[in-house]
Amino acid sequence: MLTLEALRLRQGGFALAADAEVPPGGIVAIVGPSGGGKSTLLSAIAGFLAPEAGTVRWDGRDLAGLPPGERPVSILFQDGNLFPHLTVAQNVGLALGPRLRLSAEQAGRVDTVLSLVGLAGRGDDRPGQLSGGQQSRAALARVLLSGRPLILLDEPFAALGPALKDEMLDLVAGELAADGRLILMVSHDPQDALRVAERTMIVADGRVSGPLATAEVMADPPPALKAYLGR
Amino acid sequence: MAHRAQPLRLPGPPRVPGAVAAALVAGLVLGPLAAVALRAGGGFAPGPADWAALRFTVTQAAVSAGLSVLLAVPVARALARRRFPGRAALVTLLGAPFLLPVIVAVLGLLAVFGRGGILNSALGLAGVDPVSIYGFRGVVLAHVFFNLPLATRLILQGWLAIPAERFRLAASLNAPVGRLLEAPMLRAVVPGTLLLIFLLCLTSFAVALTLGGGPRATTVELAIYQALRFDFAPGRAAALALVQVALCLAGTLLALKIALPSAFGGGLDRRVQRWDARGPLWRAVDAGVIGAAALFLLAPLAMVVARGAPGLADLPPSIWAAALRSLAVALVSAALTVALALALALRGGRLATVAGTLPLAVSALVLGTGLFLIVRPVVSPLDVALPVTVLVNALMSVPFATAALVPAVASAEAAHGRLATSLGLTGWPRLRLVLLPRLRRPLGFAAGLAAALSMGDLGVIALFAGERQETLPLAMYRLMGAYRMEAAAGAGLLLLALTLALFWIFDRGGRVGADA
Repeated sequence: MLTLEALRLRQGGFALAADAEVPPGGIVAIVGPSGGGKSTLLSAIAGFLAPEAGTVRWDGRDLAGLPPGERPVSILFQDGNLFPHLTVAQNVGLALGPRLRLSAEQAGRVDTVLSLVGLAGRGDDRPGQLSGGQQSRAALARVLLSGRPLILLDEPFAALGPALKDEMLDLVAGELAADGRLILMVSHDPQDALRVAERTMIVADGRVSGPLATAEVMADPPPALKAYLGR
Repeated sequence: MAHRAQPLRLPGPPRVPGAVAAALVAGLVLGPLAAVALRAGGGFAPGPADWAALRFTVTQAAVSAGLSVLLAVPVARALARRRFPGRAALVTLLGAPFLLPVIVAVLGLLAVFGRGGILNSALGLAGVDPVSIYGFRGVVLAHVFFNLPLATRLILQGWLAIPAERFRLAASLNAPVGRLLEAPMLRAVVPGTLLLIFLLCLTSFAVALTLGGGPRATTVELAIYQALRFDFAPGRAAALALVQVALCLAGTLLALKIALPSAFGGGLDRRVQRWDARGPLWRAVDAGVIGAAALFLLAPLAMVVARGAPGLADLPPSIWAAALRSLAVALVSAALTVALALALALRGGRLATVAGTLPLAVSALVLGTGLFLIVRPVVSPLDVALPVTVLVNALMSVPFATAALVPAVASAEAAHGRLATSLGLTGWPRLRLVLLPRLRRPLGFAAGLAAALSMGDLGVIALFAGERQETLPLAMYRLMGAYRMEAAAGAGLLLLALTLALFWIFDRGGRVGADA
């Protein structure tokens, strides 16, 4: 269970307030106008931004003071999710520890997860040798291998074409969401939310609300979201 | 529980080594400085010779800077607006004098402009009296040789920074490009360039040692050396060292007001597309300017090769021993420079800036004098000649290496820091897996630069070394002093080859296989 308790975030002149409980499991879409604070919210949960006030809890445990790498959190950013100078297998292997000294058993797990995302045999390539879609798959493989229970997706597929993006969303829904992980997925496309997310949180007007059932939100959006959706 | 917002200190690259490096740099600069200040405290009054040295130092630096910039403007303009075969090579060559050992350049300049050089032979044929390049003229000539290329690169950067659209607009309006675009650019670029070259010439030692000397052509640096080495007057040397520090500090304070340009701009192989200056006269002028500049830079180097090649075969064994010592000094010194600069760059912030700039406030001979005063009561200066040279050479290269590494660390962190942090990559794993691979190019460049500068250095070593501690530049200088010019030319060619090879190997090592 992710708990945002009287959370107040401030970045420059921008402020965001959140009070929410998000039960575990499944995909939660985070929608709202751009500049509304969706990425700011993920930054705070991931530990890149210290809250002005309030608490982020996972299963009741206060995450304050935990550096990003020690939180039960994996995050994928809009870009730069792979190190260009490391091989694909090394990039994925970083999920198992920052020292990258993998045992044979661990190397086997890297291979397994690479096959799972359709990158069997590409482990020795550099990210630059992969297509955009394959790079996204490699980044997803690392998240999958890390086994952390809370996954934050900050529009990592925004640069992909519509068909590839849907493919990635299905991969997220099929593989990542399968083991009861909680996935918070920022999206500016309501179709993404409808496609894979049962629940939706709205970030608008300096407030976080939800989660609510995605179908209901999209059928009868609150005023702030209505303007954004153009209805 | 509510807690107050605080700047989040995210775990990043290792910071402790940076603090250690800053302390080392500060200690190695301020320690000798304190020794100098203590020794100079004995109520030493500067004599006429000391005032003359101060006057000469400032005058030659001002004239050298002025002439370099004056000559560089037409060369940079021609390079900015013309494209011709070999242009890229020429622009690369303009970066070479920075690496060139001073003593080698002096040898080449003597071969062209010296008593028995090409110029005087030609003048003799024409029945004109020979010109001498010893004294003021020689010092300025050598400084222009070194700094004309630097000034040209800096001013060329200014030209290439003018957006192409401006030239297009000016052409469509038939407006005067010179007054409209070029004069404002020069007003912005020239003051910093002048100041940078002035500062470089203030601490000139090897040029003054070889081409100057005497009461009328002695720099403060040279006067320090003579006071310590020949007059054995440590008090006077220390007092002169304080004068030199005051000069450097005044220059550095001036530099705070006028932004100094970065000496290592890339992307100079572009050409500005121009619609003016198309007539045959302008083409001829530009061709003449570029040809003259290339000749001025290449002729001395060609003479080093031409005169040195025959001497290579019968170099005395002592030269080979000196070459080995020089290589060892250069490699250790480069390793030390890179370690210090990398530690400072990883730490970043004000501490890195201050420690990275501190060595600029002192000159090599000032550090040398301070270290001499510190070690002399304990050990013979001869015994520590090479370690002291390693230290001073490493320190003097730290500002350049730091300047190359700080922005590289910042951009690697900007591009990959967030991902590294999210994966828990901190401390040494972050350095090993993320930063070092991203820093290969600037690391190779910094190591090459430090090794080349140390290889060619003729400074502190002259203060400390006897015959058994000679480095290659010092051995070469002593050969020249003994008028063994053929052997000196051979040693010069060897020194030139080793210096360029060191730079090339390190710089290349940073590039091969490195990701863009």
